[in-house]
Amino acid sequence: MSYLTGEHMTGGYGGADILHDCTIAVDKGEIAVVVGPNGAGKSTAMKAVFGMLNLRKGKVLIGGEDITGLTPQARVLKGMGFVPQNNNVFTSMTVEENLEMGAFIREDGIAETMREVFGLFPILEEKRRQPAGELSGGQRQQVAIGRALMTRPEVLMLDEPTAGVSPIVMDELFDRIIEIARTGIAILMVEQNAKQALNIADNGFVMVQGRNRYTDTGAALMADPEVRAAFLGG
Amino acid sequence: MEDILNAIVLMTNFLIVPGLAYGSQLALGALGITLVYGILRFSNFAHGETMAFGTMMTILVTWFLQAHGIGLGPLPTALIALPVGAAATVVLVLLTDKWVYCFYRRQKSPPVIFLIASIGVMFLMNGIVRFIIGPKDQVFTDGERFIITAGEFKQLSGLREGLAIKTTQGITVITAIVVVAALFWFLNKTRTGKSMRAYSDNEDLALLSGINPDRVVMVAWIFTAVLATIAGTLYGLDKSFKPFVYLQILLPLFASAIVGGLGNPLGAIAGGFVIAFSEVSFTFAYRKFLAYLVPDGWAPDGLVQLLSTDYKFAVSFVILVLVLLVKPTGIFSGKSL
Repeated sequence: MSYLTGEHMTGGYGGADILHDCTIAVDKGEIAVVVGPNGAGKSTAMKAVFGMLNLRKGKVLIGGEDITGLTPQARVLKGMGFVPQNNNVFTSMTVEENLEMGAFIREDGIAETMREVFGLFPILEEKRRQPAGELSGGQRQQVAIGRALMTRPEVLMLDEPTAGVSPIVMDELFDRIIEIARTGIAILMVEQNAKQALNIADNGFVMVQGRNRYTDTGAALMADPEVRAAFLGG
Repeated sequence: MEDILNAIVLMTNFLIVPGLAYGSQLALGALGITLVYGILRFSNFAHGETMAFGTMMTILVTWFLQAHGIGLGPLPTALIALPVGAAATVVLVLLTDKWVYCFYRRQKSPPVIFLIASIGVMFLMNGIVRFIIGPKDQVFTDGERFIITAGEFKQLSGLREGLAIKTTQGITVITAIVVVAALFWFLNKTRTGKSMRAYSDNEDLALLSGINPDRVVMVAWIFTAVLATIAGTLYGLDKSFKPFVYLQILLPLFASAIVGGLGNPLGAIAGGFVIAFSEVSFTFAYRKFLAYLVPDGWAPDGLVQLLSTDYKFAVSFVILVLVLLVKPTGIFSGKSL
């Protein structure tokens, strides 16, 4: 049993189901990656795990506790952090204020967590007084991830963290993500860059049309000729 | 040289001082509109009437205080009454939110529905105000009328032109500075203020961060009500209180908020002064001013007034249209409509 599991999830945004009996899971200190073609329901699966979607069947468990009925806000309190794909920073607010807002639900001091985030992303410390909207795409992603880390989550969920950034920045972001996982946080992410993502993944979930097609370790999926041919471009 | 000084004093007396006072009143009013737009995402047409209600409550308390012989000496009694008036307006506005807007929020109605609902609220508030205090003019300022009168200034300076500064004008500008400074301090330095900015910036992300929307909305309404009462009372002190005027003032208020950039507090202030000074300078008769500056005998016969004062609202309307055509997001790039 993994730390965070979305089991047999079936549901959609109201109309037809988008997810069909989909299962994704991740353990602490591990990186799980959801890959698949466009429209496979990868982001929807993430939203379902985070409670932004009503499930008709299936459940979401964190540390053995059923959280299927909780709102996203309540899930934040349970130790989940979510970085949406778009509009994931407060553009008119400074980097520092973004991080502060990330920690809004915390009652205790946040200075230490902020230092940790600045340790992870040194560029943010340099730009702490600059509005997040003035930063480059890669730097914005760092702000977005930093914001989610401010609640000191057990699970960090990333929806295409490398969308729209250059390959160099992408490698850089993946390195940081590995670093975050090493601190014992479970990382669940959706990625468009399937090859690179599976390379750093402990576990991979290949989704097609809202269903799990292949589920294995990242290395095994990379080695599977069928998966390579169909989803990783040979 | 003395002619130039006279011309400057004349300008200051009839254009700059009234413009500053009117601009401060508009800025405070527009701040309320921009706050509601930023947080609740709709144009609140009831804002003018909220100002009228706040002013009316302040006037009622002022009368009560005056009847009991309580006053501030040289300053208007209304200043003591203002907090009570503001509190009453906060109650009214929060009840309106509970009974009207809350329903539409739960329905996730589009902004235009809110806008129409706010027009209904506007008529209702308008009715309440007229029912309680009547449609007639009420003068409620007391205390010293002038900080400096034209006669005193002439004696002091030895110039032909006088400069009169009304107590209400002085109070208006000082209050505006204090209130704006306090508001900006709140928005930029406090946790609640920052959470309001975050909510205004990106609602979904604010929710993900655990910011409580109900609380943000409530605080926004409280600030709106207080700002409306202050703006309305200052306007009423400076001119006089007439319920109808608060319906008319809605246009320059919206023009100010939009010209500055809706949802941007800094823009609301800048917009307020842009609109105020445009109105005043377009309707100012420049004959006497020019007479001081041009050689003898060149003085124009006409008033050299660009627009009659009856058209002063046309000025804000034209500016509004121009801004919407050329730069819909306003000077400070707020949200476009």
